[in-house]
Amino acid sequence: MPTLFGKIWDRHVVTAREDGNVLLYIDRHLVHEVTSPQAFEGLRAAGRPVRRPGTMLAVPDHNVPTTRDRVEWIDDRESREQIEALRGNALGAGIALFDIADPRQGIVHIVGPEAGLVQPGITVVCGDSHTGTLGAFGTIAFGIGTSEVEHVLATQALWQKKPRQMRITVNGALRSLVTPKDVILAVIAKIGASGGTGYAIEFAGETIRRMSMEGRMTVCNMTIEAGARFGLIAPDGTTFAYLKGRPLSPPPSLWDAAVGYWKGLASDPDAAWDREETLEAGNLEPHVTWGTSPQDALPVGGAVPDPAKAADRSERERIRRALDYMGLAAGTPLTDIPVDKVFIGSCTNARIEDLRAAAEVAKGRKVAANVTALVVPGSGQVKRKAEEEGLDRVFVEAGFQWRLPGCSMCLGMNPDRLNPGERCASTSNRNFEGRQGPGGRTHLMSPPMAAAAAVAGRIADVREVAR
Amino acid sequence: MMEKFGSLDTVGVPLDRGNVDTDAIIPARYLKTVKRTGLGVGLFFAWRYDAEGKELPGFPLNRPEYRGGKVLVAWENFGCGSSREHAVWALMDFGFRAVIAPSFSDIFHNNCLKNGILPVTLPAAEVRSLLDALSAVPGSRVEVDLAGQTVRGPRGDLHPFRIDPFAKTCLLEGLDEIALTLASAGEIDRYERERGKVTPWLFRDLAG
Repeated sequence: MPTLFGKIWDRHVVTAREDGNVLLYIDRHLVHEVTSPQAFEGLRAAGRPVRRPGTMLAVPDHNVPTTRDRVEWIDDRESREQIEALRGNALGAGIALFDIADPRQGIVHIVGPEAGLVQPGITVVCGDSHTGTLGAFGTIAFGIGTSEVEHVLATQALWQKKPRQMRITVNGALRSLVTPKDVILAVIAKIGASGGTGYAIEFAGETIRRMSMEGRMTVCNMTIEAGARFGLIAPDGTTFAYLKGRPLSPPPSLWDAAVGYWKGLASDPDAAWDREETLEAGNLEPHVTWGTSPQDALPVGGAVPDPAKAADRSERERIRRALDYMGLAAGTPLTDIPVDKVFIGSCTNARIEDLRAAAEVAKGRKVAANVTALVVPGSGQVKRKAEEEGLDRVFVEAGFQWRLPGCSMCLGMNPDRLNPGERCASTSNRNFEGRQGPGGRTHLMSPPMAAAAAVAGRIADVREVAR
Repeated sequence: MMEKFGSLDTVGVPLDRGNVDTDAIIPARYLKTVKRTGLGVGLFFAWRYDAEGKELPGFPLNRPEYRGGKVLVAWENFGCGSSREHAVWALMDFGFRAVIAPSFSDIFHNNCLKNGILPVTLPAAEVRSLLDALSAVPGSRVEVDLAGQTVRGPRGDLHPFRIDPFAKTCLLEGLDEIALTLASAGEIDRYERERGKVTPWLFRDLAG
């Protein structure tokens, strides 16, 4: 009767304490340049070695510029130093590194799966809240802080308490131009930004089963936006087909044994859930956020909400603050909101399928005169594949900029950011105040919806733009 | 190694906002440091300062009555979003040693405990009464007793709270958790040997 999460958890318990905390073994550890330098420094100060460097992959992504000159020089001294620190720490400890000029470099949550190092049934951590992305493979994957990064470096394990178990079942075939991004935005709107706090969420149902690995990663990526550190999906034929032949996947001699092990990874039919939710996705509309929390998502046909109609004082005040920050008036139709920038990228939506879906909308159309639009592939491999398919030419001919891989305009740590007051249609994951740059205003949406916004110069229903 | 947590008798600072995310606590541009110290300057930067860098007088942290307060009282889902431990380092560097809220994000909560900041979860109604009391009389004091697991509000109101017993011990004694875990190194070795037989494909060197 255990859940999938429970089965993986039980197989990773090194030892348990009476208070319910267990020492959980960590199979894979991904590191990037922002949350790891203090952890390596802590090890050095205590004279401790990295216990199993062979389980790790390091890649710079948050700070890297997305322009071609980045390999020769990075203007920002602090960014340069963080990237250099990562290089030094990785090489010093014997950790695999996809450095800035490596064709495999990209966003950590995108390059890990591409390399084949994320496999069903394992535990994976990274000093990054979007690590839950990797739960799409049927893994326990979660974001940790820098102190915990240091703990994993030193011990290959973490003290954890088992989270409560939630299942979200999504049923129905998605309509044309409705995407996994719309599914997860609708889920977050339904359960709220803290609805998943304390939980691991397993996504199930026919809608999820039909999704590619790319789509499943988009869903699990934003589980943290509902408060849950863990999102996961049971592995199946789609998962195994994705993994076959990747560089760090099980070698041919062990492949059948691995698949046999993976096939046993599913929640039992009578598994005990602490909470269950369902979403009927057959009539789902493309979603857009209007506020400063990812829970503020509405179907694109909707209008900016009225704080006066909020349920209580806290919510009224929250909506009022959000509208003030966003520069929006209650009752404004979402499709009347003009945008200055469009960002297609991030660990949420910078995989090949995302770029194909956006290019489909961009093809033969032009970016509106008032809009600056960026397409930032999630990795060197995504970029190469897109270029083989001619997607880069589609984007450039439509007036989009075609960039090098990195976190880019998701988070305001590199040169790609919003200026104060600028409004962005973004495929990223967070619409927090200042997230894309101080004073910037973010509207989250899917890649085809972002491409439609670029063409229309405002938030638009992609189904009308692409008609 | 984290600082020991003693008891606190200090000014309580009200921050009556929900879903305070870690981007708001410390903006990304402050994350480019390779150190844990000096992050207090960036704490709540966009809420403390205007576009010219002048203090916004209405923001609680800028009001003279609240200066030096070591306990922050906030609303639901405090510390949501990014896992950046810099948010805790910034609170710590600014002088905060405890945060009281109806709920915290899981990662932020963990990060607090690793650094000697006490996250106190209280029922929403009790946090509401604390927020109201601290706002009504700015500069009012709050007492936090970790050993006894209570918060005493400015009106003498007593609020018991729960905390994981091991986390409590670590806070009170300032324990080095890595050293404690390394004492179990033999068990980790044994686990690896056993697991290597079941899933040998996970025991190849990724750097090889």
